[in-house]
Amino acid sequence: MRQLIARRLLQTIPLLLFVSIACFALIKLAPGDPVLSFVTPNMHPEDIERIRHNLGLDKPAYIQYLLWVKELFQGNLGYSLVNHQPVMDQILDRLPATAGLMGCAIALAVLIAIPLGLTAGANRDRWQDRIINLISYVGISVPLFYLAILLIYLFAIDLHWLPIMGMRTIGVHSAWDVIKHGILPCTVLAFGFLSVYVRYIRSSTIGQLKEDYVQIQYAFGATRRQVLFRHVMKHVLLPVITLLGMSMADLVTGAIVTETVFSWPGIGSLGMTAVKGMDYPVIMGITLFSALFLIIGNLLADILYGFADPRIKSTR
Amino acid sequence: MNRTKWRNAGLELARSKMGIAAIAILVIFILGAIFAFLSPHDPNALDALQRLKSPSSEHWFGTDDYGRDYFARALYGGRVSLMVGFSAMILATTIGTVVGVVSGYFGGWIDNLLMRLLEVILSIPTFLVMLLLSVFLKPNLTSIVLIIGLLMWMNLARIIRAETMTILEREYVLYAKASGQNHWGIIFRHIFPSLVPVIIVGATNNVASAIMMESSLSFLGFGVQAPNATWGSMLNNAQGYIAQAPYLALFPGLFILLTVLSFNILGDILRVGFEPKLGKR
Repeated sequence: MRQLIARRLLQTIPLLLFVSIACFALIKLAPGDPVLSFVTPNMHPEDIERIRHNLGLDKPAYIQYLLWVKELFQGNLGYSLVNHQPVMDQILDRLPATAGLMGCAIALAVLIAIPLGLTAGANRDRWQDRIINLISYVGISVPLFYLAILLIYLFAIDLHWLPIMGMRTIGVHSAWDVIKHGILPCTVLAFGFLSVYVRYIRSSTIGQLKEDYVQIQYAFGATRRQVLFRHVMKHVLLPVITLLGMSMADLVTGAIVTETVFSWPGIGSLGMTAVKGMDYPVIMGITLFSALFLIIGNLLADILYGFADPRIKSTR
Repeated sequence: MNRTKWRNAGLELARSKMGIAAIAILVIFILGAIFAFLSPHDPNALDALQRLKSPSSEHWFGTDDYGRDYFARALYGGRVSLMVGFSAMILATTIGTVVGVVSGYFGGWIDNLLMRLLEVILSIPTFLVMLLLSVFLKPNLTSIVLIIGLLMWMNLARIIRAETMTILEREYVLYAKASGQNHWGIIFRHIFPSLVPVIIVGATNNVASAIMMESSLSFLGFGVQAPNATWGSMLNNAQGYIAQAPYLALFPGLFILLTVLSFNILGDILRVGFEPKLGKR
């Protein structure tokens, strides 16, 4: 076990290094001179050169990269070109909104996907399976922004049950208000995750039902429901851990479209604003942040999986 | 060997009602896109008197906020969406196949290098990078195809790599190697033909993802620019009139859904057809 963790950690380090180089290269290749955002029209050329020197932009690229990495280790992702706020603060400021939304969406998706996937797997090729299959096809094929618009029209504009956008009503500070704003974006995102989970759970249910222990349980007189929800479910939940690890990446940026449609003040909409304003430090901060999340997520998933299924370490 | 695979895939397709429905939908949309010019209305003709009219016999899908015929716009929008989808698919599938085959066939440091590169790209939030690149590159058809195609080949490359590695173990490939054929001869004559089914399935799924990506970009305002429409940008515009004219949002979204759904269904049916043992699980 310890070996597995150590090996996976060692693989992670070069990956992080390359991702950081890629991010840095993107900033360097981006058109536009970052100094210009500090320049006013009546500045002397010497002043501009001094700013350039102070920002370290007159040094060779690899030195700039090393300085940038040094700052990264101190938790400094640079400053926004638009509002000159530290990028780290902006991201941390927006993180709770996105993490809350994503957490709810993933939890909701898993809760619905487990019974659906088990039912579909246990009733393979029968009508239950066909209906669930169609739902998950629609789930992977519907553009989430389309689903969002339809839900907004139905529940916010036509029925007036829920607010159209944002996270809070101005002047209202209650948890219920945030929940009311969160229902629609959470549903939309959950629908997106749902289909992937259902298909995964379905196919592992089908695999599990062929195992000996299922036959033994039947032989001991267990009912179908008992076998499915007590025994098969335990084994089926394992691969779900891996899926959750993969969803970690979406935790940061996966919600770009959904957050934009609902004006949800999270990292996705921060990224959108940054892209529109060509605010490279913010974009790179978010990119790096979400790459970090993805890598850590996959690492955690692998390690958890190794703990849950001891066979892994011997096979790999 | 390969011929039975093709027959299986054909049979699987003919047997499935969903598959036939998917093909019918795609044929209709593709014909609609090709023959869009037969529409009596110009998709870009403004008519201030006909703003936001509901669907009627004159304007099947109604008119938008500039009084433009929405059916004509949907036809031309579909043309752009499908064209971008197919072109990006060709690009992504080509890169994915080349990287996968080279990586799987040569192995060693080449494989290591390519797979590390792939992991780096997979760790970066691709959609954010797409948005960023579309700002750099001033969106037009070519740049959007490039952006989507260049960031979408990774999954296929992994699948092709694994497939190439299993084909390498087959005896006829071992013989070809032992008889001293050169690498490219082996790749083109012996490995590539066996990869074709996998490539077709991957390509079908890639069209679906490319159309989805293009729609998302256009929806956020980073796609093909006005006055040309795509289904995504039509939805973006419809968002502003959702209360007065909900049908403006209904149609383009439905078209994206149906197109992507059809390609996804086709891809799955073909996969089951080509690899019955795998697919039936």
